[in-house]
Amino acid sequence: MIAGHFNYWVVIVLMMMGFYIVVSDSNLIKKIIGLNVFQTSVFVLFISMSKVKGGTAPILTEEASLYSNPLPHVLILTAIVVGVSTSALGLALISRIHRAYGTVDETLIHEQDETQDEA
Amino acid sequence: MDTRAVVILREVCKIIIPAVLLFALYVQFHGEYGPGGGFQAGVIFAAGVILYALVFGRETAQRILPLTTVRIFIAAGVLLYAGVGVGTIFLGGNFLDYNVLLHDPKHAQHLGIFLIELGVGITVAAVMITIFYLLDEFCE
Amino acid sequence: MDIAILVNFSLLTLMMLVVVVLIRLKSLLGVALTNGIYSLLSAGLFVTMDAVDVAFTEAAVGAGITTVLLLGTIAVTGMEQTVSRHGKFLPLVVIFITGAALIYGTLDMPPFGDPKAPIHTHVAPHYLTESTNEIGIPNVVTSVLASYRGYDTLGEVIVIFTAAIGVLLLLGKTVGKRNK
Repeated sequence: MIAGHFNYWVVIVLMMMGFYIVVSDSNLIKKIIGLNVFQTSVFVLFISMSKVKGGTAPILTEEASLYSNPLPHVLILTAIVVGVSTSALGLALISRIHRAYGTVDETLIHEQDETQDEA
Repeated sequence: MDTRAVVILREVCKIIIPAVLLFALYVQFHGEYGPGGGFQAGVIFAAGVILYALVFGRETAQRILPLTTVRIFIAAGVLLYAGVGVGTIFLGGNFLDYNVLLHDPKHAQHLGIFLIELGVGITVAAVMITIFYLLDEFCE
Repeated sequence: MDIAILVNFSLLTLMMLVVVVLIRLKSLLGVALTNGIYSLLSAGLFVTMDAVDVAFTEAAVGAGITTVLLLGTIAVTGMEQTVSRHGKFLPLVVIFITGAALIYGTLDMPPFGDPKAPIHTHVAPHYLTESTNEIGIPNVVTSVLASYRGYDTLGEVIVIFTAAIGVLLLLGKTVGKRNK
């Protein structure tokens, strides 16, 4: 039981720690890093599901007959590159926010918005 | 930075960068036989260019690869990919059905995979380089 | 015990430790670099789980490009630290409830490495046995990515393309004349 599910449990712990960074930290850059942690934990979940005991990498050779499942590999391969592009978009937004507000702290940005609304 | 450190960094990069770019091409064109493919090759190629821009300055890198050129490559990769799909429709197959490209289905599959992996590689490399250029420009 | 399982366990434990460090670190520079270490460890983990293509990508993207982009953003925003934090209690309650629900969900999952798991019985055997006849290339990941599911991959490439357009719009200089 423990050996069979250890991967999944660690994935959930990592996922929740990433989620914790996203909701508890008010720095926007740290939030993006939290999302990255969350995202990588999902990658680990998919790849864990694709593993077959005694299997080898899905590159067909004469010597091997048992291979791991290639389908999750394909999904995650594309997800990684899409993930970095979306992170880059987030970071570009943060740079813009910094130019407009002079800070990347969520609470300070809210405060500035509220004082502007009152004025 | 200490000037000696800069010299060492530059000399080491001069040795490393050609190897990185060559490795990217190997990963691109050998992806059907070993681990690799367009996504990885694009990222590795971009990493080589970014390393060059970091060490020798963005302006120097942009003399070889200006932003306007890289911007064209972003669309060119997607167009190559979608163009293969449209081409197969014109040859009488379904969208992205490579079998109609050549007489022998296996050769046709090889050709189709080669072309679309190339499209993926071009787009990914161009996107990563563009994002780096823009972020670096925004710093100033 | 199998050596691969042992490596797997230790890499996962290291990843958890790295994320704990990531949560506690105050310096943004340190956080960006620790994120790179986390990605590199996960790339190592992918190799032990036979996903060589994925490991390759993760090592180049996660530890390379992402770190450069994070450092670039920190250069824009300055190494300004987090001055305020939300209350810690509510987020902790939320993550413990969500985490408990997810762990309850994993109890029904097939054990790690089980060859009879449902995921291995549907389309994957077709890809593994027929790829040689239908596509004729040894790397099944490439044949699924580029041929069997080429349409999906086109979608992914367009997502990357769109992200680049977004970044160009946000950070690019305006070209041509601008009406005021």
